[in-house]
Amino acid sequence: MTNENIQLDRQGNLRHFLSTEGLSRQTLEEILNLAESFASVKAQTVKKVPLLRGKTIVNLFFENSTRTRTTFELAAKRLSADVLNVNIATSATAKGESLLDMLHNLEAMHCDMFVVRHGESGAAHFIARHVAPHIGVINAGDGRHAHPTQAMLDMFTIRRHKGGFPPLTVAIVGDIMHSRVARSQIHALSVLGAGEVRVIGPKTLLPPAIEKMGVRVFHEMEAGLEGADVVIMLRLQRERMQGALLPSEQEYFQAYGLTPAKLRLAKPDAIVMHPGPINRGVEIDSAVADGPQSVILEQVSNGIAVRMAVMAMVLGRHPGSELTEQEEA
Amino acid sequence: MNRGPGEIERILDRMAEELRRTLEERGIVEPLMIGIHTGGVWVAERLHRRLGLASPLGQLDISFYRDDFSRIGMHPQVKPSNLPFSVDENSIVLVDDVLQSGRTVRAALNEIFDYGRPAQVLLAVLVERSGRELPIQADVAGLQMELSPEEQVKLSGPDELALSIHSPQ
Repeated sequence: MTNENIQLDRQGNLRHFLSTEGLSRQTLEEILNLAESFASVKAQTVKKVPLLRGKTIVNLFFENSTRTRTTFELAAKRLSADVLNVNIATSATAKGESLLDMLHNLEAMHCDMFVVRHGESGAAHFIARHVAPHIGVINAGDGRHAHPTQAMLDMFTIRRHKGGFPPLTVAIVGDIMHSRVARSQIHALSVLGAGEVRVIGPKTLLPPAIEKMGVRVFHEMEAGLEGADVVIMLRLQRERMQGALLPSEQEYFQAYGLTPAKLRLAKPDAIVMHPGPINRGVEIDSAVADGPQSVILEQVSNGIAVRMAVMAMVLGRHPGSELTEQEEA
Repeated sequence: MNRGPGEIERILDRMAEELRRTLEERGIVEPLMIGIHTGGVWVAERLHRRLGLASPLGQLDISFYRDDFSRIGMHPQVKPSNLPFSVDENSIVLVDDVLQSGRTVRAALNEIFDYGRPAQVLLAVLVERSGRELPIQADVAGLQMELSPEEQVKLSGPDELALSIHSPQ
């Protein structure tokens, strides 16, 4: 049994959301469609729906991230759930309590969902395997492995701008090696049937045998951008790098930074995306980041709707109970 | 008991007339109309056209306001709600295909109130059937039906509307 199977229950419903890998096109499209409905909630005067009233969601962030934690918290609150932010640095694990002991304590407080971000690959899977059956786990980023809600909000943003995936050429540029976002995006794009996925970067920042994921590899940015519909820039993850993978930030920007001139090689209506936080002048020029083709801030707002969708799907699944036909009227 | 497209259109004509009278009695000049997904939107589109309303038709999907989420979970085919107007201080005609328990209307009212505070809300339904579980009634109903709890009324559309009644075997 692969790790991914624990994401689904026997009826094929989403039980945890740990990775875009191993999920069907139907499930990914269901997330996108549901997110589309949740996006309309922000038009309400009261920006809240009562769906998860009485549920408790715990944000377990072992690694800092203001944007991701904030949008998860907002998503949960817009669904009327109660949210607990556990600051790991000051919690009992710092006093030597084991991770599993802490989880069991949170379970004893009748929590319903853990949103987990961790520096180690596989952390969210580990937690999902050890929680009580009624608890859902969402991976908010684990090491270099996966960041599935980020990938899905990117898919949502692409679909809103470009419609379907089959005709699209998507270029992912930069530090693929350390990027859990890129890995989750590539899986999602391939399941959703994107026409061509390209990765662009220096050899030192591309994982070996990345071609096996069904992508075209480019080391020269100009060639890789040619005719792209979507350009996804990745953050240079200095904090995850050991040793000299790069010459200098200036040289990196020369070769792989997205400038207005390089962007002109892509299609005229290409959109520019970035999971944030952006390093201006390192992987992206300010003129592009703030320019008309940039949808970077839109990605942030879309993140709320997509996280609402995933939370509602995971908590709306019932162990043992068959989904009955919707009662009418 | 089943009703075909021709008959449904005649029922809608009568409903539109009755709705026009009700609005006049209440002194409502420019009502806003909201249909509940999916059948309610089909009925609302036809009433909206017959009344010649100037404001666009609103659409509500009440899935996020249902009271049975913790029993049956997320409905997989949720559509976005779209109210292209301000409900504040306006008179609203809420439209659904079938009124049975009243729970859908309860959910719709809650959702509408999250958009603002309407002056008043009227309810128009194609079929008002037995089985109420909440103190909710229609102001205008196309048909009244006494049915057993097991019997189900189903509206099919969207191009031609037809009503069918299903009994368990």
